Amino acid sequence: MEDSASTRSFIRAILEGVREGALAGCTVQEATSGFDAMRLLPRGPYDLVLTDINMPDINGLEVIQFVRKSPHHKDTPLVIISTQTSERDIARALALGATAYLRKPFVPEELVATLERVLAPKGGAAPHG
Amino acid sequence: MAERRDDAPDKAREEFFSEASELVDGFGRHLLALEESVENGHGPDPETLNDIFRGVHTLKGLSGLFGAATLSGLSHELENLLDDLRLGRIPLSTAVLDLLFDAVELYGRILSALKGEEAEPREEVLTLLASLAAVSNERSGNVAFIAEYELDPETLGVLTEYEEHRLRSNLQAGLALYRLKAKFPLATIDSALEELKLRVRPVGEIITYLPTGDGGDLDAIDLEILVASRSAAAELRQAVDSDAVSVDEVKKRDLSQARTPPAPRVGERTDDSAMDLPDGRETPSPPPVEDDEPAHASMHPAPHATEAVVMPAAAGGRDISLRSVSQTVRVDIRKLDRLMNALGELSLVRGALLRYAEKLRSEPGTRRLGMDLLGVHRAFERQLAQMQSGILEVRMVPLGQVFDKLARIVRQVSREQNKSVHFVVTGGETEIDKLIVEELSDPLLHMIRNAIDHGIEPIPERAAAGKPDTGTVALNAYQQGNHVVIEVEDDGRGIDPHAVLHKAVTMGLVSMEEAKSFSLEEAVSLVFMQGFSTRDTATAMSGRGIGMDIVKTRIAKLGGLVDIVSEVQIGTKITLTLPVTLAIVGVLTFVVEATVYCMPLSSMEEAVVFDSALVREVDGREVMTHRGVTLPVVRLARLFSEPPAPQRATKQFLIVARVGTRRLGMVVDRLIEQQDVVIKALGRTLAHVRGFAGATDLGDQRVALILDVPSLIEECLTAAEGRRANDASLAFRFGERS
Repeated sequence: MEDSASTRSFIRAILEGVREGALAGCTVQEATSGFDAMRLLPRGPYDLVLTDINMPDINGLEVIQFVRKSPHHKDTPLVIISTQTSERDIARALALGATAYLRKPFVPEELVATLERVLAPKGGAAPHG
Repeated sequence: MAERRDDAPDKAREEFFSEASELVDGFGRHLLALEESVENGHGPDPETLNDIFRGVHTLKGLSGLFGAATLSGLSHELENLLDDLRLGRIPLSTAVLDLLFDAVELYGRILSALKGEEAEPREEVLTLLASLAAVSNERSGNVAFIAEYELDPETLGVLTEYEEHRLRSNLQAGLALYRLKAKFPLATIDSALEELKLRVRPVGEIITYLPTGDGGDLDAIDLEILVASRSAAAELRQAVDSDAVSVDEVKKRDLSQARTPPAPRVGERTDDSAMDLPDGRETPSPPPVEDDEPAHASMHPAPHATEAVVMPAAAGGRDISLRSVSQTVRVDIRKLDRLMNALGELSLVRGALLRYAEKLRSEPGTRRLGMDLLGVHRAFERQLAQMQSGILEVRMVPLGQVFDKLARIVRQVSREQNKSVHFVVTGGETEIDKLIVEELSDPLLHMIRNAIDHGIEPIPERAAAGKPDTGTVALNAYQQGNHVVIEVEDDGRGIDPHAVLHKAVTMGLVSMEEAKSFSLEEAVSLVFMQGFSTRDTATAMSGRGIGMDIVKTRIAKLGGLVDIVSEVQIGTKITLTLPVTLAIVGVLTFVVEATVYCMPLSSMEEAVVFDSALVREVDGREVMTHRGVTLPVVRLARLFSEPPAPQRATKQFLIVARVGTRRLGMVVDRLIEQQDVVIKALGRTLAHVRGFAGATDLGDQRVALILDVPSLIEECLTAAEGRRANDASLAFRFGERS
């Protein structure tokens, strides 16, 4: 989830363009806010959750806590995207159970590599991010 | 960045763990010493506090480098607290000591977790972060700090830094805190929330929205909303105007029930958040910890013993800590050098491989084979490059390691001299070869000391000059291409060039005639001359210069350059320009008088065809106008050979070299190619030869000398050219022969 439309479509374009590896053929669902995510999350299995930290209303840390408390998603890999600004927020996110983080700005390869890495231990299942 | 931790070479990881463990161990030891001094009724030893601070600061830099975010985040908060402690902004109470001991214990566990030996102690880290923030907030002298309110660590744990800041500001401004609770149907939550926001905004600020519940309800969501407001609860309720939303004030805790240090009791509390706390604030009160045992267990014993107590299985815990000691090995930089040399040999193999491949490809019968071999060569080249950058990365360390040490010196020296000095450091994260860092600390220390000793004036003198009482010494570092630039700048009295000249003449370092030919800038640079000292006349001539020649020699040995700019009454700036690494350089190979030489690419601007018609003579030096700027020119053939080679008719080339702001054009006979080479030292017998940084093996059994551009520029451009000419030609003759 990510409140910036351009970032969302950037990420979508990258992920849908992956042709090989764990991310090939993945389906991307966008959430525009924390609430939006909370609407989506309980409804389906997701192989991976990608979230920003600084968002209006519900922030990314709250999303992580929500995701981790939910029985569906307590083990779902959760990657946060954050700007350089707050080491403390990143530390908290990891403490709350985020799997990995990616700093903005990032290049497509970094995104793909990070996501592939967090998906790796789970084996082959096709992800729906 | 995220992958960095995993991709970092194993060696680097080991070094990271070993250094981190050392720092944590040191932290633990220092804490014990602190505790003892506090228990004995002495105040905390500032030196020890500062050591802890620096240790944590280094740990922060280190963990940032290795992408160990939890470690880095914890260090960040700790650093703030320690900074407050060492600057006396908050007192060192037993409660704070407890927190610090907790931190040591957690550091150990996080490090184990990073090694994959145990799960990361998430909750404990969150609790500690919240407590640290609570103590730090208290420093600002404001009564209202977050931990005083009935907010559980779980709630505090999900606030972003900004939200926490808003919460704190509001509480400090005396606003009351309310908790709004409601269940929102997911389908309409956006509009419902918009409406709620509109209603709340006129009377308060929404800090955050906290979803509660476990997401089991698919249609609705329980939400807690934290609101800061000046209004009373009743007014807020009225503004919200909805039965579905409950409004409660978040009250201050009853401190007598919390796990507080033996602080003076503050008496009966009201719920008025703006109430002033007389003495209670002296002692921070961490949020109550449900489970007291581990926290207490970590209070007194040494860190390692603590680990054993806190680990789930005591025996297992002990195993882990023993193992962690034996698994971490610090790598001797010389071993890296040997690896680097081996890598150099491999580069030679690569060069040979390429030549054979090209040869095979150029012949019709083996064309196919040649192409295949080229493919193999490319793969080899890629891996080699990766290995090279891997080893180089291990050698790189942030300059902050040295800078931290300097901060302590500044405090010490300024206190000794009763001067008020503000020390500003930027660019501590700039990375440089570890060997360089180790060589840098003495020269930097010298420069900083000089800046305070001789640069910064005593307070009355500053006041008389219309300057602020507190002088500033700034230390800035940044990377510029393949160089790292370090500046030491002060706003002190500056160096008087006339006084320097006078001194140099009376010391017999320069003649009267020479002295007259110096520009003011050149005169200031005389402080770097060997034997120049202003010790006895420091005050009279407002100078510095004690041992500045040593600084210059040390920096030159590292392939660096020292520049000085000073203005009387305004201040002095000394700039060091250093190579990023000592091990490998990209060079341009060229020929002078049938001998091959290398010029580091990092110190050259461009190479062009040389047009001797453009050269003219000024003050006995050859110069030419190049790209609109006057460029001094030196014919390497003349420098290197004796007697000078006859003027050549064939085409020659001009290499424009630059170090810092100084440029020099060098005329050579022929350019060959660019390549990466491993620098090898000239060996002890040739170590004194100036003008060459080392030698390298070019891959076809040929050895070539690598020009030491900074010293060449120095030699050729130095003002006292005539005086040094003998030295220089001697050096170059030597170089030519070897």
